[in-house]
Amino acid sequence: MTDVVVVGAGPAGSAAALMAARDGLDVVLLERGPFPGSKNAYGGVVYGRVLDDVLPGWWDEVPMQRWVTRRSTMVLTETQALTVDFRSADWGAPPYNGCTTFRADFDSWLAGKAVEAGAQLVTSTVATGLLREGDRIVGVRTDRPDGDLRAPLVIAADGVNSFLAKEAGLLPRTQAKHLTLGVKEVLSLPKEVIDERFGVRGEEGVDVEVLGCTRGIPGGGFVYTNRDSLSVGVVVSLEHLAAAKVRPEDLVADLKAHPAVAPWVEGAQLKEYAAHLIPEGGYDAMTPLSAPGMLVTGDAAGLCLAAGIWLEGVNFAMGSGLAAGRCARQVIETGDARGYRKDLESGFVLQDHKRLRRAPDLVLSERVQQRYPGLVADLVQGLFTVTNPESKPGALRLLRGAAKKNGVKLRHLVADGLAGGRTFR
Amino acid sequence: MSGYDGVAFDDRMDTVEFRVAERAHIVVDSEVCRSCTTKDCVTACPANLFAPTSDGGILFNYEQCFECGTCYQVCNGEGALTWTYPDGGHGVVFRHG
Repeated sequence: MTDVVVVGAGPAGSAAALMAARDGLDVVLLERGPFPGSKNAYGGVVYGRVLDDVLPGWWDEVPMQRWVTRRSTMVLTETQALTVDFRSADWGAPPYNGCTTFRADFDSWLAGKAVEAGAQLVTSTVATGLLREGDRIVGVRTDRPDGDLRAPLVIAADGVNSFLAKEAGLLPRTQAKHLTLGVKEVLSLPKEVIDERFGVRGEEGVDVEVLGCTRGIPGGGFVYTNRDSLSVGVVVSLEHLAAAKVRPEDLVADLKAHPAVAPWVEGAQLKEYAAHLIPEGGYDAMTPLSAPGMLVTGDAAGLCLAAGIWLEGVNFAMGSGLAAGRCARQVIETGDARGYRKDLESGFVLQDHKRLRRAPDLVLSERVQQRYPGLVADLVQGLFTVTNPESKPGALRLLRGAAKKNGVKLRHLVADGLAGGRTFR
Repeated sequence: MSGYDGVAFDDRMDTVEFRVAERAHIVVDSEVCRSCTTKDCVTACPANLFAPTSDGGILFNYEQCFECGTCYQVCNGEGALTWTYPDGGHGVVFRHG
């Protein structure tokens, strides 16, 4: 007798299955791909702090590529690049901060933990719909012969397109304005070459986030180091990408051709190309997290955090999945799902989302996306360009000039500065 | 067709494993597409699977689909796209996603 059907063996689903199984429940974990992670693509960094209590010492066995010890934020114009670069040796030693990893490896590893705890993983199986009795969800249909799976609780961890949440009436069929499209190229390079180009050694790795490389389409780019490959890609507003009639892989080509990026990727061979949607609407776009007999978690619940300098999805998926798994027994026994939302509100998942609720709009705003990259680059170029025999122009004059050239009024700067302060306080 | 970074699109897609199912998981009603003025799917689909035809319709190939959902999310033609997941175990298999 199955107690919980978890749909989707990504980080949310496997975390949920792990906790529910540890609680002594009979758990079936469905995965539509041939193995966990086979349908997933992301930028490249997993932050594992959320696993400390659940899988102590996880860092000794997680199938990582590199530990991120260097984090760069880069602002580009066509000809300029301004980079803020931070590195910390602390992040290269336990308990670490983040690691690059491939989802085929990471998701399979985490699903294995759920299986060790007693969950039954069933791969190559699609949950094609919900089973209902009255207004209660009592299981799922699958594409296996005689494939109905009845259970008092369904945990929908079926990703950004969650057809289960849609069927339950929790998620609209389309919501392009809250979605971004990520496209990624994994590019092969020898490990020594990556170490040299990025100034790292051993298991150290680099996370580069890029603003201003997407032809004015709201979004950004990234470069992550894996052991012997780079992950290079862009994440752009789906609505604006479609309206701009730009092909997504051309944006990746732009990024790779930029003078600041081209030397990193020179001679690299394309190993795999991938694309995936990301729910970036944040707190104000969130849909209900449960229906009678069902909890929704991870991307299916829109719990991905995209707040400018913080771009986190896998940890939010795991955090929400752990909460769903922890609450499973209580929801089954009482029929009341409010405990799940309370659990999320008492932890980082909904607290961070709530605090940063204004971030998506600000970060994707026209000035931040299209005008400020040029403004700061022009300002810095002015500061460092030696103008002899003319005397130095002075910072305020340079700022005025850079603002004017990029179509920014000083009152906009003040207003956005205040908005930034409110958003990230 | 060659991208301007020197990688032909076919070569790009050849880096990805697809376990092609017999059943097409996405079906396009080209009749509906004929009345569509934007055809956003044509440029937005990261796998470049939608091709406009000379009579104003859309030609679609499901075999090398990432199953990302871009096409139905940007589609503005009611009923033009029937979108499901491929049968279990089939479709795209990312190794470095």
